[in-house]
Amino acid sequence: MNTIRIKSFLFPAAAAAAYGLLFLVNRNIFNAAVETAVYGTREMLAVIPPIFILLGLLDVWVPRHVLTRFMGEGSGVKGTAVAFIMGSAAAGPLYGAFPVASVLMKKGASFFNVMVFIGAWSTTKIPMFLFEIQALGAAFALTRLAVNIPGIIIIARLLQRLISRSEQEQMYLRAQAASD
Amino acid sequence: MTEFFYIAAFGALALSLVKDRGKTVSALKKGWQALARILPQFVGIILFVGIMLAFLSPEVISRIIGSDSGAGGVILASLVGAVTLIPGFIAFPTASLLLGSGAGLMQIAAFISSLMMVGVMTFPVETVYFGKRLAVLRNSLAYLFSLLAAFIIGMVVVL
Repeated sequence: MNTIRIKSFLFPAAAAAAYGLLFLVNRNIFNAAVETAVYGTREMLAVIPPIFILLGLLDVWVPRHVLTRFMGEGSGVKGTAVAFIMGSAAAGPLYGAFPVASVLMKKGASFFNVMVFIGAWSTTKIPMFLFEIQALGAAFALTRLAVNIPGIIIIARLLQRLISRSEQEQMYLRAQAASD
Repeated sequence: MTEFFYIAAFGALALSLVKDRGKTVSALKKGWQALARILPQFVGIILFVGIMLAFLSPEVISRIIGSDSGAGGVILASLVGAVTLIPGFIAFPTASLLLGSGAGLMQIAAFISSLMMVGVMTFPVETVYFGKRLAVLRNSLAYLFSLLAAFIIGMVVVL
């Protein structure tokens, strides 16, 4: 646990060091970077609280057998549809998807459906779709959606094949340990 | 849309509080623990994205992926998309600007597709939950797929 803690701080520490270097080397780029980082922080602060509140409530209130029935092995097309809808209804950047996916694993969602959920969160989010139509036109957005839906399923299927059963089980154990 | 999530979250929270106080407290604790666990990575991502976008301004991106940039431009556009993390409500208007200033449609499609599906920046977060192997595989497959998606969009869509 301790090594994980220390390791998890290496990444932001390296980023902070890069800012120090930029500050010394090129003040203009430093300022631009800070501006974007401030913006990103605002975005995170706005988007993150409801995700983690809902995640906590999901963890406490939804019993494992219920979620397994909806999204587990043998939930079939219905389970995949639920994963698609959950991912598409999401708000927030992709990094928000992983903690939620981890709780879904813990609650018994199948590996395939969790991968579909991540795929949907990454690329078929409904609010983004509306934005895309506005900015790039309906032909562009609809074509992309039509290509992406089978694409997400194919990628999830491939991942399910490529990641061995025992690796998957390990991931589930990790998800279990993470929130107990 | 964010407002909707606040309404949903606090509505659910209120309902939970009415039904069971203890469970609600433990839900908030779990939510907080989950956040605290990953917060350093989130901060790292935001900091690195700042640096990345300071170098890759819309002008730079536009130079890389002009419509006469060809297949090389498509590859470059997808690489730029893979390493950056830009919120959609900025990415789409930017993409639309880039199209206006001469970027090619297939290049834009490659940029948008890999921007959304491939996360080099979010890789450290993905690794924490799923391990390196799945993160590498998922991002590689998503990258290849985003090239395919760009190709199809470039063939099908006429602006």
